[in-house]
Amino acid sequence: MTLFLQLLFSGLSLGFIYALIALGFVIIFKATEVVNFAHGAFLLAGAFVTAKLHDRLGFLPALLIGIAAAALVGLLVERLIIRRLRGAPVISLAIVTIGVNIVIITELTRRIGTNVYSLGDPWRDQTVKIGAVRIAESRVAAVVVALVLIAAFFAAFKYSNWGVAMRATAEDEEAASLMGIRLGRVTAVSWVVAGALAAVAGLFLTAFPSPGLDASAAPIALRAFPAAILGGLDSTGGALVGGLVIGVAESLVSGYENQLLFLGRGFGAVVPYVVMIIVLLVRPSGLFGTKELTRV
Amino acid sequence: MAVVLCLVAAAMPFYLSSFWLQTGLFCFAASIGAMGLNLLVGTTGQLSLANGFFLAVGAYGYCYFAGARTTTGLLKLSGLGLPPAVAAVLAVLLAGLAGLLFSPIAGRLRGIYLGVASIGLIFLGQHLLINVLRPETGGFNGRDAQPFSLFGFSFADSNPDLFVLNVKFGAVERLWYLGLALTVLAGLYYRNLLRSRPGRAMQTLRDSEVASAVMGVHVIQYKARAFLVSSMYVGLAGVLLALGFRHVVPDTFGLDLSADYLAMIVLGGLGSVAGSIIGAFFITALPLVLQTYSSAIPFLSAPGQGGVGSSEAARYLYGVAIVGVILFMPGGVVSLFRRFGRRPPGAPAPGSTVSTSTRTSTSEPVAEPATHNPHPRTDRQGRTA
Repeated sequence: MTLFLQLLFSGLSLGFIYALIALGFVIIFKATEVVNFAHGAFLLAGAFVTAKLHDRLGFLPALLIGIAAAALVGLLVERLIIRRLRGAPVISLAIVTIGVNIVIITELTRRIGTNVYSLGDPWRDQTVKIGAVRIAESRVAAVVVALVLIAAFFAAFKYSNWGVAMRATAEDEEAASLMGIRLGRVTAVSWVVAGALAAVAGLFLTAFPSPGLDASAAPIALRAFPAAILGGLDSTGGALVGGLVIGVAESLVSGYENQLLFLGRGFGAVVPYVVMIIVLLVRPSGLFGTKELTRV
Repeated sequence: MAVVLCLVAAAMPFYLSSFWLQTGLFCFAASIGAMGLNLLVGTTGQLSLANGFFLAVGAYGYCYFAGARTTTGLLKLSGLGLPPAVAAVLAVLLAGLAGLLFSPIAGRLRGIYLGVASIGLIFLGQHLLINVLRPETGGFNGRDAQPFSLFGFSFADSNPDLFVLNVKFGAVERLWYLGLALTVLAGLYYRNLLRSRPGRAMQTLRDSEVASAVMGVHVIQYKARAFLVSSMYVGLAGVLLALGFRHVVPDTFGLDLSADYLAMIVLGGLGSVAGSIIGAFFITALPLVLQTYSSAIPFLSAPGQGGVGSSEAARYLYGVAIVGVILFMPGGVVSLFRRFGRRPPGAPAPGSTVSTSTRTSTSEPVAEPATHNPHPRTDRQGRTA
């Protein structure tokens, strides 16, 4: 039972981190119809800047600059590339982000090399004990921060000018534009927000229990992909649910690996994709995604 | 034009060193694989990132069917020890079967959802190769590929020693011709397919599933067929890769490889035979060429020196090329030929690109009364932003 609770909590905390990344995917997809394969690059960029600066500036300023850097990368991608491709087929848009991802990831992994950086977070490897369950402090922080950010995001999405404009744009670009909504600004803000969320997720993904920031951090963002798809690519609530489902499933399967040996060792890393494929078979647009209706 | 190129390619083993022939062999393998992917993505409009998986099925299938039972270290490798030609055919069929098995999923999903679901195959494949099917695949360290032979003629370095015009024909030279022949055959088949009834059906499927269903195309069946043929192409490419590498390891067949193939067809031109081959040669040869000439190119440093190495330079060029082509040449490199008034064989008509928009907006006036206002709150949004 203790093991189960332990795994459940670590799965939930991982799920919240995935949800941060998945939310970014969803915002970008809603605003620009781009499936962003460069999300891992945003995450890595934010974490790398934080890792480089925390010695000199201290943790918090370094983190803020890291978040800003990731947001800036998002903004640049949107301004320089995506904006020029408005109306292009979805596949081209996805492939262009693969190109961007390759360039950024190559540069960052070259700079990281074989080093493993610490991000200088204040939680280090401390743990807290709740009942019989021992939990890493960084994961507790992850849950708290993610909850705050996600709540803030949903509030902004519902009430702020940007949120309303953004939803209107997703509903009908032309009508929104005729109502005086500046599409360029809405999409730019979406990319900035997604980049910033990815950077925060990057911090918690590389904090304890993980060894730190190394070149293998970027593909982890890909595991949040199933989270976004599973919830439905155009549903923000779906991203949250998808993230939690994926996180818990991954954690439980890894934890009970010995009982699940017939699936092979290391099956935990594959679980997100398996869950996603099963869900997609039943609901082809994800759990909460808009069903595609074709009128003839 | 194509015939001249084939003749030039056939003469190459007499002039080039084995390094270039090896590079060429990988280019041929990539060409076949890119054609397979193009058939799926460019012609039928089904986004797939699972290419690496089908390549792995082909490569490992060949190793397993042709390989003998051996023991390396602690691991007992199993194998069927079939004649290599039979093994190659079986490997291609196995890849086709894998494609067919995936097609029910593909039949239900569309556009980008299909693309991401296919990523799942890659990771599932990696897991199977490394952790589950260890006796068949050799696990993390991979396994050797038997040299190819056809009707008693061995595609190995000796047995029999072969000299043509005083040039020694070793494994690389022989495989070069095998690769060339298979690429030409694959290209011809693809070109004919595009001009045939099923090919046209696939193209209408790409442009609109609804329209093609109305025209009498069985959507699910054609999607399944496209997956079957495509994965057989890719499986064949996998067999060639295994022969070229002589030893296959699971690391090769990751998501990066799939992205490489997607880049090939986008750079070359979606739905085009010539485009697939051009893209395949560019993406495959670029890192190897840069590596060879890294000392001669300014700004590049030797590996391990810090600075920008040749493999990184290749990645930059390749990433920038993808972005550049999509921004400035949406039709790929083959669209350049078209601009000079000549259409390379098999290329789709100008202006036709893959269109798998997630929203199909074929509105019908009766279904939605003109008075209905789908956005009742637009007045509130009016003052935003």
